[in-house]
Amino acid sequence: MEILVCVKRVPDTAENEIEVKADGTDIEQDDLVYSVNEWDNYAVEEAIQIRDKVGGAVTVVTVGDDEAEEVLRREMAMGADSGILCSDDAFEGSDGRGIAAILKAEIEKGKYDLVLTGAQADDGAGQVGGMVAAMLDWPYASLVNKIEAGDGGSITVGREIEGGNQEMNEIQLPCVLSIQTGINEPRYVGIRGIRKVASVEIPTHGAADLGLAADAVGAAGAKVKRVDYFMPELGEGAEILEGSMEEKIDKLIEMLKAKGGLK
Amino acid sequence: MAQLFAYIAHKQGVLDDSAAELAVAAAKLSADPVTAIVTGSGAELDTACTAAAAIYPAVWKFDNAALAYPNAEIIRKLLVNAVPAGSLVLIAHDTFGMDLGPGLSIKLDCAYAADVIGIDSADATAAVLVRQEYAGMAHAHMRCDISKGAVLTIRPGSFQATETPAAGGQVQDKSGEAGDLSANRRFLEVVQAEAGDVDITKSDVLVSVGRGIEDQENIEIAEELAQAMGAVVSCSRPIVDAKWLEKSRQVGTSGQTVKPKVYLAMGISGSFQHLGGLKGSPFIVAVNKNPKTPIFQVADVGIVEDILEFIPELTEKIQEG
Ligand SMILES: Cc1cc2nc3c(=O)[nH]c(=O)nc-3n(C[C@H](O)[C@H](O)[C@H](O)COP(=O)(O)OP(=O)(O)OC[C@H]3O[C@@H](n4cnc5c(N)ncnc54)[C@H](O)[C@@H]3O)c2cc1C
Ligand SMILES: Nc1ncnc2c1ncn2[C@@H]1O[C@H](COP(=O)(O)O)[C@@H](O)[C@H]1O
Repeated sequence: MEILVCVKRVPDTAENEIEVKADGTDIEQDDLVYSVNEWDNYAVEEAIQIRDKVGGAVTVVTVGDDEAEEVLRREMAMGADSGILCSDDAFEGSDGRGIAAILKAEIEKGKYDLVLTGAQADDGAGQVGGMVAAMLDWPYASLVNKIEAGDGGSITVGREIEGGNQEMNEIQLPCVLSIQTGINEPRYVGIRGIRKVASVEIPTHGAADLGLAADAVGAAGAKVKRVDYFMPELGEGAEILEGSMEEKIDKLIEMLKAKGGLK
Repeated sequence: MAQLFAYIAHKQGVLDDSAAELAVAAAKLSADPVTAIVTGSGAELDTACTAAAAIYPAVWKFDNAALAYPNAEIIRKLLVNAVPAGSLVLIAHDTFGMDLGPGLSIKLDCAYAADVIGIDSADATAAVLVRQEYAGMAHAHMRCDISKGAVLTIRPGSFQATETPAAGGQVQDKSGEAGDLSANRRFLEVVQAEAGDVDITKSDVLVSVGRGIEDQENIEIAEELAQAMGAVVSCSRPIVDAKWLEKSRQVGTSGQTVKPKVYLAMGISGSFQHLGGLKGSPFIVAVNKNPKTPIFQVADVGIVEDILEFIPELTEKIQEG
């Protein structure tokens, strides 16, 4: 099975305190730790496991700048066979639809049976996978938490729905699936693994290579644009307990007793 | 002005809460009437349509055996057939909306905005929407070009309906206009989530741990605290993904819905999917080392501490009595 996995480099929300700049134009970029979008690691792990079972190859692709290459190497260290960087000044400012158009063009250059994305990324839209599928006219299933090989022409997938229930579907190949966390346990990548793939050649594809018109991607083609970041006007918010750890604990115990949290 | 549509989700004829919320959101986009689209089959569908007609002035009913279970791939085709070009289509941002929305926007060749939590302003060409990014740590205004229509998915709970609906809408049977309802994805069955060793929904007090617990070994300190309090340990999703606790202990939209009296959120950031499982307005205590974490916006009491230090100390104090 030829599998393409779309991965994105994002600020790591588990590692960073994201702060909005005072003028609202951006988040504070200084000292931001970047990593692979959490969901994408599950997608790459799943692809590797499928390949190891049925054969084929796993390619990872990202749309981004030069720095995005590091996430490709990380996923290759996990076990992906090759990587592709889609990068061009013309891609800058693309909205989800623009990213999807770029990925669609890249997918059409290859011969893939299966394309995986993460269920969502840092802006939480969860849009790119479904858009790519519709552009290709391939079937799509989102929030996939189980993949079973089928008869060759199709596979059986479980979608995670409300309440943790699982919706089973049969889906024709080729198809696009967005992968939900928890489908597997992504393997650990050590610094040595990354060193091993440090010199592997990663091709860069730009707008011309992909036959993309400049107005279809980038800021010009974007229908959805961020105006600014802002701090919402909050309601009351929590009463923040002050003082030493001991004082906070005493206060909390008192409150818990009053609210029935402690007998 | 573009025509407005709301896709109405229902289970066995009972409308989802989002049915009313989409009407509230649509009213912020335009004063024009909104048409509800309800799909399904048989008597359940009729029940759903009647309920939708109380909220919406017009209801389009699509009855077909192929629509008995909402398969987004099929419903996308139906909507592309039924909805005129340039329309605004609202869908709930839930597991169905996430399945349907992005592809629908491509096929309708219009803008897509996902997980909208606010609508600041709108005219015929553009809407200014509010979204959250970075796990709720940043809010953003988005300008969405709606001149050629748009698909918007609306976060559940963000547009609360206050009025009792009495729209007195007309139900129109549009089943004949559904078009080809075949798809390359076939629904097989729904497998129900397994029950676990404890039922967290039965406990009045929950000690809930999130990614801030950092390590599997640290789950123990939460268990000790729960024991000292006579509470039960629950958790956020990453703890289940890491297999540190059973799925049946997960609070949230894709886990359990709980209604405790007291909820201790330990190292949990407060994503809407997590909070979506917390009902009945419990007394929420959040302990988190990041003073800016979104959970402090919804908690009653906040404590800025490292839970790995805080939890054992609290346990000890409680044990001392
Ligand atoms: C379709 C879908 C369904 C989902 N369903 C659910 C669901 O049912 N339930 C659910 O929980 N999630 C669900 N999620 C995931 C959800 O979006 C969040 O990713 C998740 O809730 C985050 O969990 P968390 O708060 O534990 O982790 P994080 O968001 O990583 O937050 C960890 C918090 O711990 C704090 N912290 C770190 N270390 C410490 C320390 N030592 N002391 C104190 N604080 C510390 C950090 O400041 C941070 O606030 C779903 C996602 C999707 C896409
Ligand atoms: N710039 C990108 N490059 C490659 N894949 C992407 C990119 N942006 C999004 N994706 C894929 O689409 C998924 C969902 O992202 P989003 O639609 O942005 O929430 C991610 O998990 C990735 O798999």
